[in-house]
Amino acid sequence: MDLDALLRCVGTTSCVVTQLTSGMIIGMLLFLIASGVTLIFGVLNVINFAHGSLYMIGAYAAWTFYQLTGSYFVSALGAAVAVGVLGVLFERVLMSKVYGSNVLMQLLVCYAVVLISDDLIKIIWGPVPLSMGMPPEFRLPPIRFMGGVIPPFYLFMILAAMAIGLLLWLVIVRTRFGSIVRAAAINGPMVSALGIRVNLYYAAVFGIGSALAGAAGALAAPVRSLTPGMGFSILIESFIVTVIGGMGSIVGAFVASIIIGLTRSFGSIGFPLFVDGVMFLIMALVLIFKPSGLFGRPHR
Amino acid sequence: MAGRWRDLGLAALGLLLLLLVPAFGAPPAIRDFIMFGMAYGLLAMSLNLLIGYTGLVSFGHAMFFAAGAYAFGLAMQSGKFSIPAAFVLAIGFTAVMALIVGAICVRLNEIYFAFLTLAFQMLFYNIILGWVSFTGGDQGLMGGIPRPKFLGIDLADRTQLYIFCSVAFVVCIAILRQIVTSPFGYTLRMIRDNQERAAFLGINVPVVKLACFVISACIAGVGGILLTLFVSGAYPNFGFWTTSGEAIFMILLGGSNVFLGPLVGTVILRLLNDITVSYTSHTELVLGIVILVLVLGLRKGPLDLLAERWENRRQAAAQAIRDAADKDAGKGDS
Repeated sequence: MDLDALLRCVGTTSCVVTQLTSGMIIGMLLFLIASGVTLIFGVLNVINFAHGSLYMIGAYAAWTFYQLTGSYFVSALGAAVAVGVLGVLFERVLMSKVYGSNVLMQLLVCYAVVLISDDLIKIIWGPVPLSMGMPPEFRLPPIRFMGGVIPPFYLFMILAAMAIGLLLWLVIVRTRFGSIVRAAAINGPMVSALGIRVNLYYAAVFGIGSALAGAAGALAAPVRSLTPGMGFSILIESFIVTVIGGMGSIVGAFVASIIIGLTRSFGSIGFPLFVDGVMFLIMALVLIFKPSGLFGRPHR
Repeated sequence: MAGRWRDLGLAALGLLLLLLVPAFGAPPAIRDFIMFGMAYGLLAMSLNLLIGYTGLVSFGHAMFFAAGAYAFGLAMQSGKFSIPAAFVLAIGFTAVMALIVGAICVRLNEIYFAFLTLAFQMLFYNIILGWVSFTGGDQGLMGGIPRPKFLGIDLADRTQLYIFCSVAFVVCIAILRQIVTSPFGYTLRMIRDNQERAAFLGINVPVVKLACFVISACIAGVGGILLTLFVSGAYPNFGFWTTSGEAIFMILLGGSNVFLGPLVGTVILRLLNDITVSYTSHTELVLGIVILVLVLGLRKGPLDLLAERWENRRQAAAQAIRDAADKDAGKGDS
């Protein structure tokens, strides 16, 4: 507990700027993952407990593409696409078989996939943590802003995540694809009766959600160390984000990710041991006073 | 009532069988296997009270397993408690924790329940890892658990420890059996099958669920205590999410509709684990593939499937007898 340090930090703009940026990058990574979880839940009504593994695979795939091509942008794009394709396969081959059954079966399928992917990562890339290092594209002098220092890559991460989020929101709200997806979320059989192959849309939604996780992994690769099992802790945080923001709401996921990201970055100065506890406290308060989340619809 | 006496008789028989193992001088490896099986068996059996009987899919049950283990271990290491007092204290701690977590979770729908229990488990796990000065962090509770004598029982002795664990184990299983055959147990099944109807009948559904959650957590805590006594330590992986996943898998392997199913699942999983470990270091990969084959191929646990087949066959046989009787009766009439 060191609330003095927190107060001292809030007193200086340079510290505030630094903590705001680091909070924002945590938040934006969480947002990309949580928006995938919430999108898949909203449309398919299943929780993808293996979403963290997709994030991990994205990071590792980006690492490999980067070793091969040397270009960060190509490898990030490649990782997102590869994980998206993997997500479609996962949905078609495994998850679609257990849509009708109870949560237990869905949980077990995801549990199996997490176990298998963790072990496969160890076999393919080895158990030792890998690090990508800062790509040359971003080896630029840091940006100075109001006394604080912002590495250019952080700025890129935040802007890229926001752009992806905005694109996702536009696709869901403004396009024909989006209206079909929203209709399928409310009544799948009816959409199917109108002559739309709703299974394809389910697979597509799963693929988009997975690609978001892959993109998050690729964005995290230069600043995080890559370990088997790295997806699990971020999965738990993304669950907390979806509960706070409201299941099925992308706007909610955005707001809640920023709340959690800032709690993490400022909390690590003021109350490092209780950061997790404070996150859970926020979640518990939301569940007690607004069980559907800040932006969620009431449960069906 | 007859059923109750039969159950108690079976429990006594089971205890006798367990106690015969050391009497016949079984090798230590077998005894160790049984002791691990008893600890993890209690975890799986208590979880099935939630999953199989109440329809509450908890993905965080191992936190109560770890809570019992750590509370007991820390109480014993403090040197202020006798073993029975620490036992009661650890169960009390687990119950309070379950009350808090349960109060937040039981009102939620199925999916929320599953991942919130998972999230709370990770919170607990992170506390264990982070609070190094108190819990020893990722090294676990080191330095062994002191086991002072009480009532003439010396748990430092392997055989006496085995007997103590067997008795505690059988008592817990008997309690679980009493619960599932009691009116309370039938209330749980009604909640699983149709909670709106249960609510219409005047049952306070959240309170009953919470009670079930706490009872189940306490029994998982006993499992943790047994494991702590056995390995003379407590480790963070007792409360890691994979332990919860394994418990769920034990239930799937053994079958959730047969009372002792999860126990059978525990034995199968531990055997499976031991066998794969001796062939390959990639146990997780093998385990994952087995789960996928079971879930997607059979769509339920192998024992559940056998039980169902058996039930169908019995019904078919009974139907055949009834048909034959009807035919005879028809002949008599004409």
